[in-house]
Amino acid sequence: MAEITTHDLLILGSGLAGLRAALSASIASSGKIDIGLVSKVQLMRSHSVAAEGGTAAMLRPEEGDSFDLHAWDTVKGSDFLADQDVVHRFVRAAPGEIMQLEHWGIPWSRRPDGRIDQRAFGGHGYPRATFAADKTGFFEMQCLFDTLTRYQNTTRYDEWYVTSILVEDNQFRGLTAFDLATGEFHVMLAKALIIATGGAGRMSGFTTYSHAVTGDGIAMAYRAGVAVKDLEFIQFHPTGLIPTGILMTEACRGEGGYLRNADGNRFMERYAAGLMELAPRDIVSRSMITEIKEGRGFKGQNGLDYVHLDLRHLGADKINERLGFIRELAMKFVDVDPVHEPIPVRPVFHYTMGGIGTDIDGKTNVEGMWAAGEAACVSLHGANRLGTNSTAECLVWGKITGEEAAKFVAGFEGEPKHPDGAVARSRSELFDGLLGRDGGESVYKIRADLRRNVDENLGVYRIEEELQKGVEKMAELKDRYKKITIRDRSKAYNIDLMYALELGCMLDLAEVAFIGALRRQESRGGHARLDYTARDDENWLKHTVAHWTPDGPELSYSDVTIDTWKPVERKY
Amino acid sequence: MTEQAKGCQDKEMTFRIMRYDPDKDAKPYFQQYKIKLQHGMTILDALMHIKETQDPTLSYRKSCRMGICGSCAMQVNGFPRLTCQTQVTEISTDTIEVRPLANYPIIRDLVPDLGDFMARHESILPYIIREDHQEQNNPTGEYSQSPAELEEYLQFAYCIKCGSCLAACPTNATDRKFTGPQALAAAYRYAADSRDGGLAARLDTLDHPNSLFRCHYAGACSEACPKGVDPSLGIQLLKRKLFQKKILGRGQKPAGMAQTPAGIGRREGIPQAPEKTV
Repeated sequence: MAEITTHDLLILGSGLAGLRAALSASIASSGKIDIGLVSKVQLMRSHSVAAEGGTAAMLRPEEGDSFDLHAWDTVKGSDFLADQDVVHRFVRAAPGEIMQLEHWGIPWSRRPDGRIDQRAFGGHGYPRATFAADKTGFFEMQCLFDTLTRYQNTTRYDEWYVTSILVEDNQFRGLTAFDLATGEFHVMLAKALIIATGGAGRMSGFTTYSHAVTGDGIAMAYRAGVAVKDLEFIQFHPTGLIPTGILMTEACRGEGGYLRNADGNRFMERYAAGLMELAPRDIVSRSMITEIKEGRGFKGQNGLDYVHLDLRHLGADKINERLGFIRELAMKFVDVDPVHEPIPVRPVFHYTMGGIGTDIDGKTNVEGMWAAGEAACVSLHGANRLGTNSTAECLVWGKITGEEAAKFVAGFEGEPKHPDGAVARSRSELFDGLLGRDGGESVYKIRADLRRNVDENLGVYRIEEELQKGVEKMAELKDRYKKITIRDRSKAYNIDLMYALELGCMLDLAEVAFIGALRRQESRGGHARLDYTARDDENWLKHTVAHWTPDGPELSYSDVTIDTWKPVERKY
Repeated sequence: MTEQAKGCQDKEMTFRIMRYDPDKDAKPYFQQYKIKLQHGMTILDALMHIKETQDPTLSYRKSCRMGICGSCAMQVNGFPRLTCQTQVTEISTDTIEVRPLANYPIIRDLVPDLGDFMARHESILPYIIREDHQEQNNPTGEYSQSPAELEEYLQFAYCIKCGSCLAACPTNATDRKFTGPQALAAAYRYAADSRDGGLAARLDTLDHPNSLFRCHYAGACSEACPKGVDPSLGIQLLKRKLFQKKILGRGQKPAGMAQTPAGIGRREGIPQAPEKTV
């Protein structure tokens, strides 16, 4: 029999959004709510620690920034697919989060007068990227993790891998999980759930993401009947370090760095003469790929051709103070010192704009279930996210969902119900299904083939025949996945089993992304088609909504909330 | 690519890796694997390569692969290192020995149990302690902190909780009740933060026979830290803070709110949002 644990609220994922939600629910309930914080990694290992550049917020109205300007930048950056009511709520909540973290001890970089400093970022009309050197996400995580130790009402389940979300009668009931350290299977019951598991970037082979970012929460919600949205919109960050994909923050350009092609020219002049290197990421990434395709890049190994990110003119002092981590990474991983040499970079899979569909409060279509941060698609970023809006989103909706879930728990009558049928199904899927398979297929070979498929056919530029090929390949990979053999049969810390489960999640989500991309016959933000090069507001100003069925995703479309600005041509 | 790295391409290396499965093995043992070195390969890459192509039963921790999450610290040829940021070519031996971090119980293979390490961190009250509780959870502005005040503690905030310092610390090796360099450096990080007024609350934990004054200043923690934190310096500075507080009765008055200077005008070149069109 599985051991059963019960809490008021389960939070799945312990990155920025999850930690912020735990703090928010604790404070909202005056420390009364009983929280279980479940994560497949230990605390402080989540990918949020890798966020570098900053967190957007309107702090200086006296210097010309405004809520409306931040909102407009976000809406225009989204290629008009963001829901504008969501954007307005976001920009008004973000400054409070900057102050809150400041009061909890984050080492924000400061102006000489002791106030918080900010710097420029792509697509933002005012330099509103609040930063802590070039380790913003890391310090935000540290601040929230340390502050959470004040509250005694949270039980941590570090390194528990959740295998399914239990839903009955459209009501959240609990989770099934195994404890990595012991291999024991557990049932966790609760009144409410907040999913904060991040994106799905490891479906790509050239990506900025931590190894752990495999879309588990999104995939499990999808399988449990929750709608997922806009998964075809993938952000390619312009500056991934060759050949590992390690992020070279946009702050490199925010602080004044240049992009140069093989001729030494600042090529952004041809594509966005106004904002140059600080145009939004989708535009800069497309420009870089065009330069490379037209022969003005440098030749790299394994097809990873690149351009140069040039920081030399910033000088050693500025690089050390503001971009010290970038210097350390470039020196350690490619033996390049940015003080003296340009850094080799190319566009890299960086962010999942889509995710679990939620309303403006982060609530899903299942009663008792919320989602926050990158795992969610509250439709803040639309078709292209602006840099520094993601960490801000994690904080803002971490807080909102924590409060909403705490309210729901307070009004919940009775105790969480044990869903016998759903637990038995999850148990059987794991033990008879996954562990019982013995077709000889390797998890690692299928994973490598999935990544090749995504990198070759779902890249910066897309076209029908490649997308079609990608869709067919997904069917083949899913078929092979049914024949895998998990070779490690030990109970303790079996990561072979965890990787197999993660692969299943990535296969489900990549399939939705491919099909969504194939159907969407236009170019918008992070979805650029070579065969449909223009944005088509008449037919495609809408969100893609996918529901799980046994035969693959069922797609429908929903309206975009446009309450302030009608779409116009997007020029920078 | 350095000349040394080029010369090493395709070279065959031997990895001698500690294995242990609590359900099967009475004690840990070593297993050898041979792999071909590839350009840019880190120790973590080598472990992943072994798992994916030779032995799917090998267990280890990994996540960010860029030296910021702290998952993958291990003993490499006897010294604690973050394996994701250690190039194989940095290690000059033909056989490389990899063990789990020293001074921790082993969960399996290269995976140490850091539960007690995290508990020690929490024991020093690692957060800003002030009396203005209402303001602290419902901010009306920002506390002031100058760049110089930030510098006072910033390097001690670089800790990624990888556990390397405790693996290297000779005091920790012989006294498991020792608060340890990670937690003590974290205590200094908060005590030296101009916004904090919580040293009094931390005194009982710090001024204790197994705590601050238990350190014999071997400095091994500072040598082992992969992020440039100098915990042994933090420990010395914390002693001074403690002395000032306890003996001289001098505490720190936490910073007040920052004021917006008068006469600040609009910056040049900031656009206006367009008028509403709906």
